[in-house]
Amino acid sequence: MANENCINQGNCRTPQFLMLLGAGGLVVLGTLFAFFTLEHHGHVLTGMNNQVVWGLPHVFAVFLIVAASGVLNVASIGSVFGKQVYKARAPLSGMLALAMLAGGLAVLVLDLGRPDRLIVAMTHYNFKSIFAWNMLFYNGFFAIVGLYLLTLMDRKLKAYSKPVGFAAFLWRLALTTATGSIFGFLVARAGYNSALMAPMFIIFSFAYGLAAFLLVQTAMYLWNGLTLDERVLARMKTLLAVFVAASLYFTVVFHLTNLYFAKQWDYERFILLEGGVYTTLFWVGQILVGGLIPLAILFSPGSRKSLALVSLASLLVIIGGHAQMYVTIVGGQAFPLDMFPGYEMSSSFHDGVVAGYTPSGWEILLGMGGIGIAFLATVVAVRAFKFMPQDDFSALECEKD
Amino acid sequence: MSEHNKRDTMQERRDFLKAGAVMAGATAASGVLVYSVAHSRAPEEGASASKRWGMLIDTSKCGDGCNDCVTACNTENGLSGETGPQDSQYIRKLNIKDLRNGRVHELPMLCQHCEHPPCVDVCPTGASMRRADGIVLVDRHICIGCRYCMMACPYKARSFVHEPLTDQNPEVPRGKGCVESCTFCVQRVDRDEQPACVEACNAKGHQAMVFGDLKDPESAIAKALKSQASTEVRADLGLNTGVRYQGI
Amino acid sequence: MAKLAGCLRAGLRLAVLAGVAALMAAPSSEAVAGVDLPKLERGKGEKCVEDTQFMRRNHMDLLKHQRDETMRKGIRTTRHSLKRCVECHASEKTGSVAASKEDFCAACHSYASVKLDCWDCHATRPGKKSAASPHVPSQVNGGGQ
Ligand code: SF4
Ligand code: SF4
Repeated sequence: MANENCINQGNCRTPQFLMLLGAGGLVVLGTLFAFFTLEHHGHVLTGMNNQVVWGLPHVFAVFLIVAASGVLNVASIGSVFGKQVYKARAPLSGMLALAMLAGGLAVLVLDLGRPDRLIVAMTHYNFKSIFAWNMLFYNGFFAIVGLYLLTLMDRKLKAYSKPVGFAAFLWRLALTTATGSIFGFLVARAGYNSALMAPMFIIFSFAYGLAAFLLVQTAMYLWNGLTLDERVLARMKTLLAVFVAASLYFTVVFHLTNLYFAKQWDYERFILLEGGVYTTLFWVGQILVGGLIPLAILFSPGSRKSLALVSLASLLVIIGGHAQMYVTIVGGQAFPLDMFPGYEMSSSFHDGVVAGYTPSGWEILLGMGGIGIAFLATVVAVRAFKFMPQDDFSALECEKD
Repeated sequence: MSEHNKRDTMQERRDFLKAGAVMAGATAASGVLVYSVAHSRAPEEGASASKRWGMLIDTSKCGDGCNDCVTACNTENGLSGETGPQDSQYIRKLNIKDLRNGRVHELPMLCQHCEHPPCVDVCPTGASMRRADGIVLVDRHICIGCRYCMMACPYKARSFVHEPLTDQNPEVPRGKGCVESCTFCVQRVDRDEQPACVEACNAKGHQAMVFGDLKDPESAIAKALKSQASTEVRADLGLNTGVRYQGI
Repeated sequence: MAKLAGCLRAGLRLAVLAGVAALMAAPSSEAVAGVDLPKLERGKGEKCVEDTQFMRRNHMDLLKHQRDETMRKGIRTTRHSLKRCVECHASEKTGSVAASKEDFCAACHSYASVKLDCWDCHATRPGKKSAASPHVPSQVNGGGQ
């Protein structure tokens, strides 16, 4: 690989670049290995079963998809709301959105029972299905964000970047609404049936996306031996804090509304008190690690100047996000389906009991592939194109936050 | 094979039937016989919207721990009968207990063949489908195994095939990577037989299940539903299920 | 590697090779100009439901048509039913159409290297109960399409 391939970087550091590629490649290889093994032997090798039909791969995949739409928020704030700091970051944000969506979708597809029939999924649409709509939204997202990136990076098309950016903004809102609705429309399941699902997913996406963005940005600055301007850091960290606080708020509202409906009490008792691993993941993962600790860090006086602290907070938000997805997706299925309200149930088909689910190593390999793909795509894109944020500090000075 | 080339179609067809007559393995032949005896619908006619198949289950007649319907289903559909978390079950015995007064019931739970089936609504490819006569099926030819229908079904009626299968019943194709559920034994219904569970239940003398056309006022099931109280499980969801229960 | 003409229609395989033309024109399934064709076991009965050449090119379309008719509409004509194919073409030796490489479906498909997933779900052998009691159909039930 020629050194000249790295654009806009002081030192190409090709060996390190290759090492990154190797690391990402290894993860993706592991995923492919898991995929072919599962394709051959079937899902027996996973922990998934007829009670918990979506497992760890979906946790990773849905997280990536939700975060992908959230990461685009950075660009939207820039082009739709005209904030300089974010404008300079729009290309990186768009590229990351595409990379993460690709990673998430890949995992979803690889986990299908018949991945060989992907072509069927692309040619047969049931328009009543929110799932089918999601596929359309995902494809559209690639197209619109791709176009948006073009308008950002090509001088001749620059004029169009605002309207296209606006379209991308609306599209991503619709996309996350649809993703949340995948769960929100499941009327029969206590854990999902809520109109709050879609807006909650949107708020989550803001937080997860921005956290992912901050991490990537930090890595890029470090890689190039640059320092992120404090003012930029301060603004982005405040925004992250706002999003994390909003996520917490929505989580509280979600559970409070559930508590208001007597029929949801059992589910709430399960998640909040008696659900074992799900309760732990909820309180420790989602609330503490993904919410309260990052908030404390972000509001601590030290974090104003500390890239390390902000990055730590971002990392915690991402970890908490995975915990949230696990609680939402797996916890919602593990909780028994109530066919006869007011009755106790038992059967040979695990009715009336909390369903067991222990993810197998194959699922971890499969799920990690999404991150692997997003990582690889980012590493290559960042090297080959001008995605490094170019801050115009004179403009920043005169802009009030 | 080339010597067949020039014959005309009619001749060919007669030949085929002759061949069929001497053929050792003519699985369909028994079905064909039934048509000629108790004919109601020609094979080329297809399922019709003038019918709606349904089932009425009297839980008070459901034997204590009786599993006859389940066993018959497993045999008919080639299911292993294992009950591990990854094994398919089209029909299962459910024990329920009223928490207010402690009254217990036993009932078979199976796909309810909803008139407004959530599984069909959510299926991205249209593989989950409702036949004109109300039988809800999975078209395994276009099922991609996303399992969203399993998430959506309020009765947990569906199973995912987790392993490669061999030696299926020729009339009941099923295989790895697709979702499946009770079909009302559509292969039997199409030749005017009762689903295997109903047949077994009656044969063993329990008489707990009635199967028939809900739209035919003269059918046993329609008459029973008209004259006696029955329950739709999760009626609050408004799915208008094809399977109804009595005694709960 | 030569491909049977029908494979082209079967889907995504686009490789049109020189052998195809020769095959299509060939009046019989015997070896054509240096190409070894798969040796197929003869089915039971006198002849197939359609002309052999026609079947060779169109069986997948017939089956697909029948599959949708039966599966989605409940039309149960038997003329082009896969089950009937299996009943006639199951091998004397293995009792199956796809158990060994010589069996009817497997022979051609491995020769043409066209993967088929019928047998993921469908039985490759005729049903057991009918083998025990070979009923004579009393009524014409074909018609098809
Ligand atoms: S019971 Fe479940 S699987 Fe059967 S039709 Fe209703 S939603 Fe579909
Ligand atoms: S698993 Fe198959 S039948 Fe069920 S929703 Fe997915 S594609 Fe449809």
